[in-house]
This record gives sequence, structure tokens and C-alpha cells, in this order.
Amino acid sequence: MSGIEFGQIGVIAGKEFRDRLRNRWVLAVALVFTVFALVIAYFGAAQQGAVGWRNIDVTIASLVSLVIYLVPLIALILGYDAIVAERERGSLDLLLSMPITRFEVLLGKFTGLAGALGVATVGGFGLAGLLLFAQLGGGALYHYAGFVLSAFLLSLCFLSLAVMVSVLAEDRMRASGIAIALWFFYVLVYDLLLLGLLVLGEGRFSLDFFPALLLLNPADIFRILNIFGFEDVRRLYGLATVFPETLANPWLLGSALVFWIIAPLGVAAWRFK
Amino acid sequence: MTDPLIEIRSVHKHYGAIHAVDGIDLDIAPGELFGLIGHNGAGKTTLFKMMLGLLPVTSGDIRIGGQAVRGEAFRQVRRSIGYLPESLALYDNLSGLETLHFFARLKGADRASCPALLDRVGLAAAAGQRVRNYSKGMRQRLGFAQALLGSPRLLFLDEPTNGLDPQGILEFYRQLAELRQGGVTVVLTSHILAEIQQRVDRLALMRNGRIQALGTVAALRASQDLPLALRVAFRPDGEAALRQMLVELAIAPLAASAYELRFTCPRQRKMAVLAALAGLGPALTDIDVHEPSLEDIFLGYAEEMAP
Repeated sequence: MSGIEFGQIGVIAGKEFRDRLRNRWVLAVALVFTVFALVIAYFGAAQQGAVGWRNIDVTIASLVSLVIYLVPLIALILGYDAIVAERERGSLDLLLSMPITRFEVLLGKFTGLAGALGVATVGGFGLAGLLLFAQLGGGALYHYAGFVLSAFLLSLCFLSLAVMVSVLAEDRMRASGIAIALWFFYVLVYDLLLLGLLVLGEGRFSLDFFPALLLLNPADIFRILNIFGFEDVRRLYGLATVFPETLANPWLLGSALVFWIIAPLGVAAWRFK
Repeated sequence: MTDPLIEIRSVHKHYGAIHAVDGIDLDIAPGELFGLIGHNGAGKTTLFKMMLGLLPVTSGDIRIGGQAVRGEAFRQVRRSIGYLPESLALYDNLSGLETLHFFARLKGADRASCPALLDRVGLAAAAGQRVRNYSKGMRQRLGFAQALLGSPRLLFLDEPTNGLDPQGILEFYRQLAELRQGGVTVVLTSHILAEIQQRVDRLALMRNGRIQALGTVAALRASQDLPLALRVAFRPDGEAALRQMLVELAIAPLAASAYELRFTCPRQRKMAVLAALAGLGPALTDIDVHEPSLEDIFLGYAEEMAP
């Protein structure tokens, strides 16, 4: 593939982004993030019999759990029909008759949707952050910024998976089914499987490779990345005992997330012929 | 003779056992208004998509302006091609003007030309309306305006009059004639021969993935020795005599219904057959002699009439 025209990618991306702004998708998702973040920050300790603003690190740990459920779902819903919807409606032929390559269409779609996710994530959690820091003071700004950035990266991982699904699926119905299945697998089932493996494997084979398996799930990478950033949270979870220091390197974890963004897109580009 | 603008060399497109396009050779000259006609499923749209590089050929070669229709080099050629797909789908959430702006950006065409194009297809008043609220005819006209973005030198129009009312069809062909005056090459498809036969320079009749006939309408007519189609109505007691007469003339009936028989006969035998029919006298109640059109012959007239 010679000569990528970034202008063409920009045209597609611009349309996708404006579409999401115009139908208020960005606004709705940003508001959901803000409201959930504030509710969790205030009511998160209700199980311990108290409500109210808490330590920012513990608040972030609660938010991480929220993000792991919500963000992959939102990203998958946003992207699962990116290509297949155009194919199904019949608008793809006209688009591809333009002086644009399939790769540029794909990258444009991804970039535009990523922009929508970025504005919703940063805007939604940013607004919540401003309100929180008004209550809690600015000490943990760095941690909070890291949390928001990693939430955005997590959303991109699942957007990338969604775009791949939108290329591979034969029709929108199937694409939506696969997208939901992916969410179930990565968010609900994967950790259970690993735990099962852990229990089964006890005493039978070496479990040294076990922490590395967590890198095969972007949701787990996100969790580790955020929880290992904080000394008191780590103590709270007792995580240091199971997770080796070498794998907890933020740069390694960040790279793993970036890999999860690039790899599904690569598969999508390869299959979109 | 000038070099052809479009060269199609033994092109095949197979989907498993189905041969959607089954060996087509065709040259289209610059400035020509060329019509592709055939039933739905004859392979017109598949051939179109291959000419546009949207579908890979199974075998063979297609060139436009000497350029293969796939790959990076074809990108430049695409800028001077306009395409109106058969099943046109636009973006419902955009207005007519926004739709043109979007495609103009992709095509590298001047966005300032968009309002004039909308005016040209009679959509100036609906420019700000969302496409969602457009009628089928309006969508089709917007699609045509889209195809004209960037003053293309070559237009591919797949069933361009779909959804247009008779007035719209006339207007469309008036525009097409204008474009042709300006030297634009046009390839269009239709399943209605009557509509395009007086308007194209040449046409190709496609059937089962092959070109069955190719040439100017006049040449095609001259080259075909078209048989006549007859419909004879008879009284109940006249059927046996009529059938006996046909056997004697060695003509097999194509279709029979109560009190009616249909058959064809070669033009040279027209008078002999009519004389024989007249000889049956009051056994017959009516005779229709039908001059088949090109359409009848090429689009399966005989098959449709067969029982």
C-alpha cells in the first residue's frame, strides 16, 4: 500500500465525529460518565455504612470498576456497525468509488469514532474531576489524569475490536451479537476463567505464566494499570502478592494497551478487501 | 480511430458455479454515450462494479484511459469518474448540500460548485433539507448531482432513471445530451430498451453474463431477421382445423389458452401464413400480427411465451 492520503482519512473522520456530536451521542455519554463518577464518589462507601466524599485514591479505585463495565460496552456499541452498516445499506460502493482506499475509509472511521469517545471520556470524567477536586483538593490530580487517559485508551481497545467486528461480520445483526459476546467474554468471563485455571492448576503445573495472561485482556490491563499506581489501594487489595513487579511497569502495561488498539485494527485492514 | 477510453478484455466474474459475467470483450470510445441493457441479473451491475474497480475480476483485464482499474494509480483516474450506483444509499442525517460537500471533499472537487449542482438537478429549494425527508426521485437526482461533482470526464450511471417520474426522465436525458456535447463519456445501464434506444450511440445487450449483441440500434435492427409473433383466436369448433393447418405449415405453437393460440413465423412466410389463416374462414374470430422489437428478441420474448 503506497501513499496514504491523510486528507481523505480526515474527511471520513470528520463526518463520523460530527455525526456523533449532532445526534448528541457525545453529550449523552459524557453526562453518563459525569453522573456515574459523582454517584460512585459519594455513595461508593455505602457498603461500609457511610456515605460522603472520600480519599481520591479510593474513589479512583471505585471508578475503575465502573469504567471496566461501562467503557468497553459503550465503545463496542459505538463501533460494531462502522463498516457493516455502510455495506448493508449499500452506501459503501459509492464511498469506495471515490478516490479513497479501503484502508483510509477504515482509519477515518476509527479516528472519527475515537475522537467522539475521547471527547466524551475526557469531557465526562474531566467535569466530574473538577467537581471532585473542588471537594477533595488537588493532591491526586496526577493519578486522576492517568485514570482518565487510561480509560480513553481502554475505550480505543474496544473500539478497535468493534471496528474489526464491523469488517468481519456479514450483517449488522451478527455484528451486534459478536460485539455483545466480546463484552461478556472480556468483562465478565475472562477473569472467571483465569481463576478457574488457577484453582485447577494449583500444584499441577507452574503458575508463573499466570499474571502474563492478564495482558491478554485489555480490561485487566486497565485494572492493573490503575490499581498498581496507588500504594494504599494495592495494600487494600493485597495485590502485590500475586502480581510480579516486572509486569506492573506502567510503560509495559501502556504498551500492551496500545498493542490492543493496533492489532484488531490491523486484522480489520487485512480483512477489509 | 482514437484509442478506446475503456478497454474490457475477456473479463469473467464467477461466484462459485455462477458465472455472473462470462467472457466480455468491449471497447468504449471517448465521448461515446454507451448503453448496457439486460434483465435484472444479466450481469450489468457486476460488470459496472468491475469497471469501477469495486469488484475484482476473476480473470481478464479492464483498463480506463490505459490504466488498470485497481491499485494506487487508479486513484487519480477516479477523480475524473462520476458514479451513480443502482441501489443508491445516501446518508439520511445529512442535508442535500451537506451530502454534496462530503463527496466533494473526498473527490477533491470545489465545494463552491455544490449549490449550482443542486440547482441543476432541481433540488435548490431542498438543499437544506435532510435526505431522510427526500422522496425516491429526489434522492436519485441528488445521486446524479453527486456523480457530476468535479466535472467528470466519464460517467457510470447504473439504472439512472430509477424512481424518476416521466418529467424527470426527460429532464435527465436532456442533461445527459448536454454533458455529451461537452465531450463527457457516458456508460449507462437500463432494463428498458425503449427508454435508451433512441438516446445512445451504441448499446450492448447483455444476457446471462454475456454480450449477446453490440452495435448501433440501426445496425442491430438490420442485422436481425426478426420473426413475427401471431396471436390467433378461434371458435371452439375451429381449434382442430387451426392446429392441423399449423402442422401443415410446420409451425409449432408457443402457447395456447382457451380459444387462443400464439406462434411465431419467419418474415418471408408472413403472406403464406396469413393466406392459410384466412382460408379457415369463420373458425377464427381474431388475428393479431405483432412486430417484435429488439427488446422482445433479446430479452427472452420466446422464453416468456413458452408454456
